[in-house]
Amino acid sequence: MNGVHDMGGMDGFGKVEAELNEPTFHEEWESRVLAMVRAMGAAGAFNIDTSRFYRETIPPHVYLSSSYYKKWFLGLEEMLIEKGYLTREEVAAGHAMQPGKALKHGKFDLTQVERIMVRGKFGRPAPAPAKFNIGDRVRAKNIHPATHTRLPRYVRGHVGVVELNHGCHVFPDTAAMEHGEHPQWLYTVVFDGRDLWGEDGDPALKVSIDAFEPYLDPA
Amino acid sequence: MSEHHHDHDHDHSELSETELRVRALETILTEKGYVEPAALDAIIQAYETKIGPHNGARVVAKAWTDPAFKQALLEDGSKAIGTLGHVSRVGDHLVVVENTPARHNMVVCTLCSCYPWEMLGLPPVWYKAAPYRSRAVKDPRGVLADFDVSLPKDMEIRVWDSTAETRFLVLPMRPAGTEGWSEEQLAELVTRDSMIGTGFPRTPGAPS
Repeated sequence: MNGVHDMGGMDGFGKVEAELNEPTFHEEWESRVLAMVRAMGAAGAFNIDTSRFYRETIPPHVYLSSSYYKKWFLGLEEMLIEKGYLTREEVAAGHAMQPGKALKHGKFDLTQVERIMVRGKFGRPAPAPAKFNIGDRVRAKNIHPATHTRLPRYVRGHVGVVELNHGCHVFPDTAAMEHGEHPQWLYTVVFDGRDLWGEDGDPALKVSIDAFEPYLDPA
Repeated sequence: MSEHHHDHDHDHSELSETELRVRALETILTEKGYVEPAALDAIIQAYETKIGPHNGARVVAKAWTDPAFKQALLEDGSKAIGTLGHVSRVGDHLVVVENTPARHNMVVCTLCSCYPWEMLGLPPVWYKAAPYRSRAVKDPRGVLADFDVSLPKDMEIRVWDSTAETRFLVLPMRPAGTEGWSEEQLAELVTRDSMIGTGFPRTPGAPS
């Protein structure tokens, strides 16, 4: 979706302000939100792409004015309601009012913690040979799906060069919508800064994205 | 509901709306049998104490001292790090990109906040915020100036936008004046920002 989350190339957000000796969390509730998202994801309530999509659908003015973990919280709460893991009545009451829905991987308890300290696996067997080779020129498609995609706006329509092939991976565009993993070849595609940003762009800049094969046409 | 972690000394009247909502959600998830609060504690503790830039720093220091490891690391980051039993375990598809006198690498996630957690811990606020995500791909020199970093004008800047489940770690250049240093000494010079590409390692003798 062409949401406000797709920030690459936007102007007006000001300087990058780094905080010296930044703590891991600024408030205790942030740590609880992080842990709940990780736990419920690991328990099978949602996949990572679905959770990203719910954060992207937060209204733009709320997205821009909310802290990072506030966005995580808003996305998590809405997603769990819509997926049937809790109800709006329960949220309003602050307590469970009916039994829980079965989780694909069961309750998230202490025995589960160790396994989530390593990222999940997203590589999948290839359903078909790769269409592109290293060094091929490719054009990022001019697509504007209203649902989740990982093709940022700032490269759409632009020509780049395939630099790396990462194998076949879960396709976020379908996984986010719970329409299946549909594994796709994943490539690092490099663009010239001036192709993206015009003549005023930095001549020494190259920008790459990791692009799934359905995002690309031969060029 | 569980008394777990709710027994600190906040006056309830001081709790923000967000804090109250977060607590309510955790209560519901616990009562419905989805999560065990102690397991949430354990996750938090791991990110607060075990997982951080020291993991990445050890990998970088090893690469600076062991050419065979460095080559393996650049070929397949996940596999090479997997051979170092003493460093944090790492998932698939970690790509290590090397800074050279001709090229500086910088990592961003314009769409959200993808970051090599296992190597660097949780990302700092600025990495996840609009100013960095919007400008890194268009005006990286401007972003670097915000970090008091400047590069020669003709040095290539390569920005890696983490748009998939690959993760990127910058291998910074080894500082001059560190000949003969041990891996442990070198690791002390490796900063988080130098592995994101928004900074350099410390120079020998500079205050940390």
